[in-house]
Amino acid sequence: MSIKKLVTTALTALTLSATGAVSAGGGHIDDTDFSFESPFGTYDQAQLRRGLQVYTEVCAACHGMQYVPLRTLGDEGGPHMSSEAVREFSTQFEAPDTGPDAELGDTRDAIPTDHFPMSADPNAPDLSLMAKARAGYHGPYGLGLSQLINGMGGPEYILSILAGYTGEEKEEAGVTYYENTTFPGGWISMPPPLYGEDVDYPDGHSNSLHHEAEDVSAFLMWAAEPKMMARKKAGFVGVLLLTLLSVLLYATNKRIWAPVKQRAKDEAANS
Amino acid sequence: MSHAEDHSGTRRDFLYYATAGAGAVTAGAAVWPLVNQMNATADVRAMSSILVDVSDIVVGTQLTVKWRGKPVFIRRRTPEDIERARTTPLADLPDQMSRNVAKPEMDAADENRTLDEAGEWLVMMGVCTHLGCVPLGGNSGDFEGWFCPCHGSHYDISGRIRKGPAPENLPVPQNMFFDDNTIQLG
Amino acid sequence: MSGIPHDHYEPKSGFEKWLHVRLPIVGLLYGTIMIPTPKNLNWMWIWGIVLAFCLVMQIVTGIILAMHYTPHVDSAFASIEHIMRNVNGGHMLRYMHANGAALFFFAVYLHIFRGLYYGSYKAPREVTWIIGMLIYLAMMATAFMGYVLPWGQMSFWGATVITGLFGAIPFIGESIQAWLLGGPAVDNATLNRFFSLHYLLPFVLAALVALHIWAFHTTGNGNPTGVEVRRGSKEEAEKDTLPFWPYFVIKDLFALAVILAIFFAVIGFMPNYLGHPDNYIEANPLSTPAHIVPEWFFLPFYAILRAFTADVWAVQFVNWITFGIVDAKFFGVVAMFGSIAVMALVPWLDTSSVRSGRFRPMFKMWYALFVIDFIVLMWVGARDTEFPHDWISLIASTYWFAYFLIILPLLGVLEKPTTPPATIEDDFNAHYGHASDTSSK
Repeated sequence: MSIKKLVTTALTALTLSATGAVSAGGGHIDDTDFSFESPFGTYDQAQLRRGLQVYTEVCAACHGMQYVPLRTLGDEGGPHMSSEAVREFSTQFEAPDTGPDAELGDTRDAIPTDHFPMSADPNAPDLSLMAKARAGYHGPYGLGLSQLINGMGGPEYILSILAGYTGEEKEEAGVTYYENTTFPGGWISMPPPLYGEDVDYPDGHSNSLHHEAEDVSAFLMWAAEPKMMARKKAGFVGVLLLTLLSVLLYATNKRIWAPVKQRAKDEAANS
Repeated sequence: MSHAEDHSGTRRDFLYYATAGAGAVTAGAAVWPLVNQMNATADVRAMSSILVDVSDIVVGTQLTVKWRGKPVFIRRRTPEDIERARTTPLADLPDQMSRNVAKPEMDAADENRTLDEAGEWLVMMGVCTHLGCVPLGGNSGDFEGWFCPCHGSHYDISGRIRKGPAPENLPVPQNMFFDDNTIQLG
Repeated sequence: MSGIPHDHYEPKSGFEKWLHVRLPIVGLLYGTIMIPTPKNLNWMWIWGIVLAFCLVMQIVTGIILAMHYTPHVDSAFASIEHIMRNVNGGHMLRYMHANGAALFFFAVYLHIFRGLYYGSYKAPREVTWIIGMLIYLAMMATAFMGYVLPWGQMSFWGATVITGLFGAIPFIGESIQAWLLGGPAVDNATLNRFFSLHYLLPFVLAALVALHIWAFHTTGNGNPTGVEVRRGSKEEAEKDTLPFWPYFVIKDLFALAVILAIFFAVIGFMPNYLGHPDNYIEANPLSTPAHIVPEWFFLPFYAILRAFTADVWAVQFVNWITFGIVDAKFFGVVAMFGSIAVMALVPWLDTSSVRSGRFRPMFKMWYALFVIDFIVLMWVGARDTEFPHDWISLIASTYWFAYFLIILPLLGVLEKPTTPPATIEDDFNAHYGHASDTSSK
């Protein structure tokens, strides 16, 4: 094994193994390669649509996405649904009615310019930014290397939570907790939302628990960062332009300093 | 680069020009987003086209909706209104133009202003062309159309200026039937 | 300017002559850009231009963000998402501003550490140093308030912790805290005023930067040898210096381009690495995060703040001798601000007759330890306060104060420095005369 490979493997092993919480329970992360991860990675449109389906049919019962406008489901680079499909899809949600005849608390069918609703269950956190609000990778020992190599790991965290239920339950102070290998502390108050085959994918893709979890995690990453593709492209262009500029400035700098350095060399030789 | 035999002075200048050029391109690439961010944001652009449910509008009444920050009159006219509008001689109109974005060069005949051929639906900006007040509807004014209380402009049942200081007919924006019950503005 | 003999600006055209009599601004700008600069400056002298660029970049991106941001507790978090999702290029602008602050502090630390190594703060440049310290304090205040504006969990709780420090001041602390907050706790009043001050301070900063440049243009730049530019005659001065334009403008721009290339790579591919995920959760006054951590550039001072707990003997002693007025919390606050104060006082604490660390063999070792100490403090500032972090932060904090208050004063007396070169010209020629010369760091 080359030195470089050895070092990378060692670092990966160290950082992956050190992701867990030191305290009892939780911390296990399924390391997954999502399509959007590398510098040139992109969202997989089919996966986003499947993930949207899982969200709508399973998660939306309790969890809202109040910062995500429904119209963005039509965005290129995202699920890219047609405008009729977006309009049709929106009607299943309710939005506050602020029309002239409406009273406080009235709702109407949502239209694309509305956002997804807030969480129906006050205990269920909003999912708009969940993929950025959690880190799947930590340490080791606070050095930040794991995240440098593996990324923040937000979608991995979500995937691991969904796939991490052991089936055990316990009750404490009147609240039921479910054992989970990923949630810090090992016990989570959300009941397992997925069992496998919870939704039927029209494209025939596997709807095993792991695939459903992966699809909804990818969708939630898009929901949190819809502009990721544009960002990477802009970063790439910026790096390219600035690298070109650096090279030219290096040559220019060398050129203008050359006579000065030559004089110095001559004077040093003569002294 | 086939400039191997070029005088070194030209080559030195080329480098400087190339660097300055690359700097200018980078600076320009940096400046454009700073300017573009002030253009309409995605949520504002999304509101540039709206759908209005008109199924509840009773014949002879008007629905006023806000679109792009301004009021829009959606008037469902009675047969009498239509008759009156269509029998007005063009010569009586101070403003001969249709003021309809879909039919810009045409005259102000009622047929050139209404949404449908029958003339039942009239969609206009509810902003007086004098100084911008919102005219009153309900067959008001001397011509049983709209009347602007600010400075006394009278519009007829086709939204055309007939009397008063307003110079132009009420403008007709881009509009169409999205489906039988819905009008799309913009 | 700078007392170095040089050619002065001569207005050429009729218009220039007319203007020069009325407002000599062209002459001022010419003198500034052409100032004779020591020719032997190394790559640790580029950070000034990086800092100036960062200030402009932060102001420009900040003013733009302020066009779309709402400084009210009910809308602030949502307005940030509006910027990220709806504003054209808003996501890039936000990430540029957030990571721009990181670049700003990265550059300022390298700039300060350059000064500490090469003795840039020594006479006659003490005022430049003090202004620099004021700039640093203004930067920290600006960054602190800016981080509150997104109104995430870390924004809110970081604000709660840091404004809580003011409450530790004996007798008047609680009133000061309430005055700062505009109420009993961090809330809308706090957010709104932090927005106003966050917009204001960068312009105060810009004025301080102008003073900073004026100050070091008056004394002339320092250089890696610590040997002053010869001022006997213009000919002599020209042997030691080169005009700032084009030699150092182009050199600085090259370095800036490289740094910005890396900066754009960070923004494009890992923009949230330096941040904390908890700040993507809206502020909740009823739920405290498990670990409240400031941004990385505050960590060393956060470590010093937390190091002095009630069981530390020095704290207990001071508590006893002040009849209980100075408790552990206030001690920590004093230590935190004190750590910056001792750094500000370094022109008078360093007794060495030799400016540059290059010629101070004993100093080099202690300085290296100081750099390591800074990094250790930064690391431990993000950790919990359990063993061994409590001991590490205490030892590291103690070294910080020992370095400025004991080691530097003693070193000047005890150390035997090596001989600096006679002139800058000699140093420069020696460096380029031979391929590998002894004139190392």
